[in-house]
Amino acid sequence: MTLTLDAPRIVTTHPLLQVHHVSKSYGSVTALRDVSAIAYPGEVLGIVGESGSGKSTLLRMMNLGETPDTGSYTLDLPDVEGNLFDLDRFARRMLCATRIGIVYQNPHLGLLMKHSSSGNVAERLLVAGERSFATLRAKATAALEASEFPLDRLDAPPIELSGGMQQRVQLAKAIALEPALLLLDEPTTGLDVSVQALVLDTLKRLQQERRITMVIVSHDLGVIRTLADRVMVMRGGAVVEAGLVDQIFQDPQHAYTQQLVHAKL
Amino acid sequence: MTPVLDIEGLSKGFTLHHLGNRIEAFDDISFTVGAGEFVLLKGANGAGKSTLLRTLYRSYLPRAGVIRFHSDHGPIDLARAADIDVAHLRRTEIGFVTQFLQARPRVSAEAIVAEPLRLHGVAVEEALAQAREALKTFGVKPDLWKAYPTTFSGGEQQKVNLARALILPQKLLLLDEPTASLDAHARAALVARLAELKAAGTAMIGVFHHPGDVEQLIDRVVDLTPDFIKSEDRTDVDL
Repeated sequence: MTLTLDAPRIVTTHPLLQVHHVSKSYGSVTALRDVSAIAYPGEVLGIVGESGSGKSTLLRMMNLGETPDTGSYTLDLPDVEGNLFDLDRFARRMLCATRIGIVYQNPHLGLLMKHSSSGNVAERLLVAGERSFATLRAKATAALEASEFPLDRLDAPPIELSGGMQQRVQLAKAIALEPALLLLDEPTTGLDVSVQALVLDTLKRLQQERRITMVIVSHDLGVIRTLADRVMVMRGGAVVEAGLVDQIFQDPQHAYTQQLVHAKL
Repeated sequence: MTPVLDIEGLSKGFTLHHLGNRIEAFDDISFTVGAGEFVLLKGANGAGKSTLLRTLYRSYLPRAGVIRFHSDHGPIDLARAADIDVAHLRRTEIGFVTQFLQARPRVSAEAIVAEPLRLHGVAVEEALAQAREALKTFGVKPDLWKAYPTTFSGGEQQKVNLARALILPQKLLLLDEPTASLDAHARAALVARLAELKAAGTAMIGVFHHPGDVEQLIDRVVDLTPDFIKSEDRTDVDL
């Protein structure tokens, strides 16, 4: 049984992010099957699912790292128009550098491990055109501070840092340019539970202070429950169900979601 | 009386796929709540009182029926309203009060209490001042205001939770046994705060293990015992 809800009537602002009818196959393997997702300004959208559900592929597409076979992607921002999947490589790179931040589970994907931490953050600002050394240093430091990175370790390369600190450097890099959209791909997976709680807390605080729109992908329901306003459940490349986070966790409608929720420790 | 909520033919059940069965919670419930009115939900354990509150808050999806909420933006059916509209109403017009605090690491008691005001656009200092006043009312000692409630006892956490849940006057308040395990002072503070909100026009629907705690607030009783679903005048009811 799927209950169809009404269109929004009270909230009349446009969603910041809209992905519509995205499908993608790799040979005979279907990675995404007619997936649609929206996120309103300041909202946190969670995406849960097991490995192979397509959740990370969807996030890569939101970061314009991959193009689907069919479907559209729009961001409701000044000077950003049309289907973003149609942009050329250069325009994609600029858009990602200036408007979208991303934190990967694996810090090697997001960071230069042997450069200094502040250098990693400053690089993002350089890509966006900032050239003054003093400004670069000041902005990078501010972003690291907002990510609760210890400022006496600014010059330490990520390779010498703990997993939690590496995630804070990634986060600082992601928010340095105050992006409209922050994408988080299993940002706390693999961290110790106590470190995980602190990183989640930093994310929550940043979200409340800056009202950044976030999309967070995780197989960990606890992480989604802590951060997300709404959640989408994916399986086998398709959306199984979506709803308010408390509703999906307390009253899941679909057999697969019930299994997922009840399997939680 | 200005209507706040009209509930018509509301039904809720749970389909448990792994057991291949359905559990019925309540069926065909109808009643109305007006501004400043306090409705007590009555019924044996398992009659569906808490389930009804969660359905009204849309933590549960109803199976059938209409939950017409007269919001500041006009009437809207909470049974079918878009998630984003429900989320907006929860921030601005509909409150849910339980006995449990969702404490977060490294967030002080006063900041947790001030949060609904902050999300509503109240300036930091003003929100914190009101939060401290609310904590004081519920009997939380000043030395705890800046501490993290994650380390508090259950009773102190509950007081922080109530201070937070009731700090922002709302149009509709759903109360799920907020007095359970509360000490006498905090219970009196809760009843006083509810009376204040009620006088200011907040509509309330509540489940109380000991309805005597809120006796003077109750206007009507809705009994959810199956085959006995009707609204009664409170004078007829044995509390």
